[in-house]
Amino acid sequence: MLLKEGEIRIPSGCAISGFISRDGRRLNGSDVVKSISYMHDRSNGLGGGFAGYGIYPEYKDLYAFHVFYNSNTAREQTERFLDRHFDVVNLSRIPTKKVPAIKNEPLIWRYFVNPLPTKIASSQLDEKEFVAKCVIRINNDIDGAYVFSSGKNMGVFKAVGFPEDVGEFYRLDEYSGYAWTAHGRYPTNTPGWWGGAHPFSLLDYTIVHNGEISSYDANRRFIEMFGYKCTLLTDTEVITYIFDYLNRKQQLSLEDIAGIIAAPFWSEIEALEKTDPEKAAKLKYFRNAFSSLLITGPFSIILGYTGGLMALNDRLKLRSMVVAEKKDMVYIASEECAIRAICPDAENVWSPRGGEPVIVNLSEEGKRKCL
Amino acid sequence: MPVNFFPAQFEVLRNTDKCIKCRACERQCSNEVHHYDADYDKMLANESKCVDCQRCVCICPTGALKIRPNENAFRESANYTQQIMIENYRQAGSGGVLLSSMGTPKDYPVYWDKMLINASQVTNPSIDPLREPMETKVFLGKKPSHVVKNPDGSVNTDLPPYLELNVPIMFSAMSYGSISKNAHESLARAAEELGTYYNTGEGGLHKDFYKYGKNTIVQVASGRFGVFKGYLDAGAAIEIKMGQGAKPGIGGHLPGAKIGEDVSRTRMIPMGTDAISPAPHHDIYSIEDLRQLIFSLKEATDYTKPVIVKIAAVHNVAAIASGIARSGADIIAIDGFRGGTGAAPTRIRDNVGIPIELALAAVDQRLRDEGIRNEVSIVVGGSIRSSSDAVKAIALGADAIYIGTPALLALGCHLCRSCHEGRCNWGIATQRPDLVKRLNPEVGYKRLVNLVHAWDHEIKEIMGGMGINSIEALRGNRLMLRGVGLNQKELDILGIQHAGE
Amino acid sequence: MKRVYVNEDWCLGCHLCEYYCAFANSGETDMAKAFKLDRAPVPRITVEEGDGINFAVQCRHCAEHPCVKGCITGALSVENGVISVNTDRCVGCYTCVLSCPYGCIVIDEKNGGKTIAKCDLCIKNNSGEPACVANCPNRAIVFEDRGED
Repeated sequence: MLLKEGEIRIPSGCAISGFISRDGRRLNGSDVVKSISYMHDRSNGLGGGFAGYGIYPEYKDLYAFHVFYNSNTAREQTERFLDRHFDVVNLSRIPTKKVPAIKNEPLIWRYFVNPLPTKIASSQLDEKEFVAKCVIRINNDIDGAYVFSSGKNMGVFKAVGFPEDVGEFYRLDEYSGYAWTAHGRYPTNTPGWWGGAHPFSLLDYTIVHNGEISSYDANRRFIEMFGYKCTLLTDTEVITYIFDYLNRKQQLSLEDIAGIIAAPFWSEIEALEKTDPEKAAKLKYFRNAFSSLLITGPFSIILGYTGGLMALNDRLKLRSMVVAEKKDMVYIASEECAIRAICPDAENVWSPRGGEPVIVNLSEEGKRKCL
Repeated sequence: MPVNFFPAQFEVLRNTDKCIKCRACERQCSNEVHHYDADYDKMLANESKCVDCQRCVCICPTGALKIRPNENAFRESANYTQQIMIENYRQAGSGGVLLSSMGTPKDYPVYWDKMLINASQVTNPSIDPLREPMETKVFLGKKPSHVVKNPDGSVNTDLPPYLELNVPIMFSAMSYGSISKNAHESLARAAEELGTYYNTGEGGLHKDFYKYGKNTIVQVASGRFGVFKGYLDAGAAIEIKMGQGAKPGIGGHLPGAKIGEDVSRTRMIPMGTDAISPAPHHDIYSIEDLRQLIFSLKEATDYTKPVIVKIAAVHNVAAIASGIARSGADIIAIDGFRGGTGAAPTRIRDNVGIPIELALAAVDQRLRDEGIRNEVSIVVGGSIRSSSDAVKAIALGADAIYIGTPALLALGCHLCRSCHEGRCNWGIATQRPDLVKRLNPEVGYKRLVNLVHAWDHEIKEIMGGMGINSIEALRGNRLMLRGVGLNQKELDILGIQHAGE
Repeated sequence: MKRVYVNEDWCLGCHLCEYYCAFANSGETDMAKAFKLDRAPVPRITVEEGDGINFAVQCRHCAEHPCVKGCITGALSVENGVISVNTDRCVGCYTCVLSCPYGCIVIDEKNGGKTIAKCDLCIKNNSGEPACVANCPNRAIVFEDRGED
């Protein structure tokens, strides 16, 4: 019998795409679907997904949980858990459209929730940690339930299928947001489990990733010391947890995180010792203190978070990734065609060097509008 | 003369067509096996004295010599082997405890040889170390649990004291006394050139070698030989030796005959007295006492040096390591039971302790389960024989490895396992001046440097194949290992899957 | 010029340099054969032993070279600082043997003492590096330029 994610580690190749309006204009989800569809050959129909930021302005202070259920039993069990820990403000099925290519869909529900203050207080955790722990608990402990999106004013939509079909299935043309990312998956062996599609998310962090990291188990066994459980055995999952750990828990900037997970080579750090000794000392500190979070092997990722996107390649740049601009827009994709598809006159097209992060945040105006 | 119950262990085969009677074998054999007989005009051999150190074979200019096991056979038995019979004869003759040297020769499973390494195919490119950077630098020591920010918001880059290794390989503890001064000099100079560390062992630090201090780990063992403030200050790190893989639960005994003037001065004990290291440290009868010694040593050195605690791999090693990790140690060194020694009671060496592979896997997993793996680095030794063993050890979770026996091999050792007799023909495990001079440190240190460079190249080659370009991404990366011919229990302990899974 | 130097700290007194020297100058390709022939080749280097100190001695190729000065047939000559013997000219008078302050010129017993033999730094055989240097098991004998003429 074929094993699904979490039971076996499945390497995959992929396509990624994403864009952001720095000025916080709300962009329709159909654009990102069109963009990723131009890289059809980079996926094989076994997984596609999207993340949109700023899509739930009416509920922007509530955590939006997107959940897959295998059965109504799992749903009832999960809803009892949610009721005990959260104030559930709204719940509904996520609207979908029948698409011939998308089959065997699970029950897909959405909840807008607020953690109960008394529960947070008794847990002695901060709010985000409390929510993250609850999500991890549902995913681990409730058979047949899987929370695949858990941030505020953002949402992940994913399924087994080609990404353009997934976009149609979830009716993404009915959503608008200031930033979108997309993923088309090319796994090497999987019966296709919806939870295994990407993006992978925790709270408002989402990762779309193309690559297969060779440091996986070193990263996994390290990050699991800090309360994470890598249940899917995918690169994307462990990378998401690493970002959560370094950004949310260790309060490190995204640029610093790039210096850890795609650390410069020692030869580069030695060269920096002469020109910028402080930076060299910091990089050396990172490579010592967080050596187990270095990610080697090919990857290109787009990290989505509230207020921005970050693109990063492995330090040898073993996966393609290009970035382009047009006015307040910044586009990132595995291939330039995916950018040209939606912005034929994109400017400043460049390939970021290995390990060089591209961090794009909302402008002041964008923040006023969206956050 | 009484009946000799057992024959010579080895036969000396001399091809008289090749022998030119140069007598080099005679001059080079400290066991006095060979001699020239003028009446016969021939070289003769007293085989009963031969230990098969291969010195004569290596030095014979015409290749006229071979040493091989004596083919004489006792009545065969799988239960009472010839070896066991001889040992009993020996004890019946001497009334003493059997002594042995180097690692156990017995046929225990070598788990390194039952693990296979992964390589990239298709989904992930392998990396060519000749074209791309490939990094093997390692830091050993405690890692901070939280990033501390300076008042201006920048990252505070202060770290607890640590060791920085250019290669993940260090030379394990071998004391001056158990090995010669020239052997020590070779190790010290090699460590300096390689950017790694050698270890004084429990015999103190010879005054000539203080200049290699920044590449020296100074050991504090139960006998406290040669320990004083200057010694502690001289090293880059301090290692508390709680146990040794080859002889867990046993102290050390360097016979007075080996305590000459120099060794006596270095060990700070009178000449000619036996140097006896007690089995336990008599100020450490429990884990809380260890904590006090760790902090005494840190206090003495102003908290500038990492403290290593070295333990033998024994049955409850994971729990012990967990205790050590919570006791202020910065590094735990684990020594497996197949590791070498200058002298150990044979029965202890061959029957006490557990294999390093299982000990390492258990300790690494335990520390991670308890969330304290960052409190300590793990160094393992005790029969890491090659670069592939090293790669497997690191993939199981070690930060770095200690090599002892391979370093001695580089210096000429042929594992004759007679170190305790003090007549090492290779100038390594001896204090006899005429033998010590056979090891020219100028030659020795270069061979050590060559060996470690060669291993480092191979490690990089193997890493490149896995698509890993820095050693830290290999550490604890057990997915890169698969077992062959192991049962489920062994796989579970090693934390790896079987090949094909 | 490059000369052969011996460090007595590392000389083990194994005498192997003598055998390799003799073999290198024997013209034979098999060492055992070289020494099994009726007359064994003679070494140009000698290990002096005593009191735990050993020291291999061979021609210093000294600037005074009384051997060359005293040679009655001109068989001994200096070329680029290397003193060597032309055995075609040597008549076996042994004047050089007597005059060498280091005792480094030997009588070639292999040819019945008809000529002398001495170290020529192996420039006339196929050793490349002097054979005593190449084969010393402890690098006690080295061939290096220490800035002496």
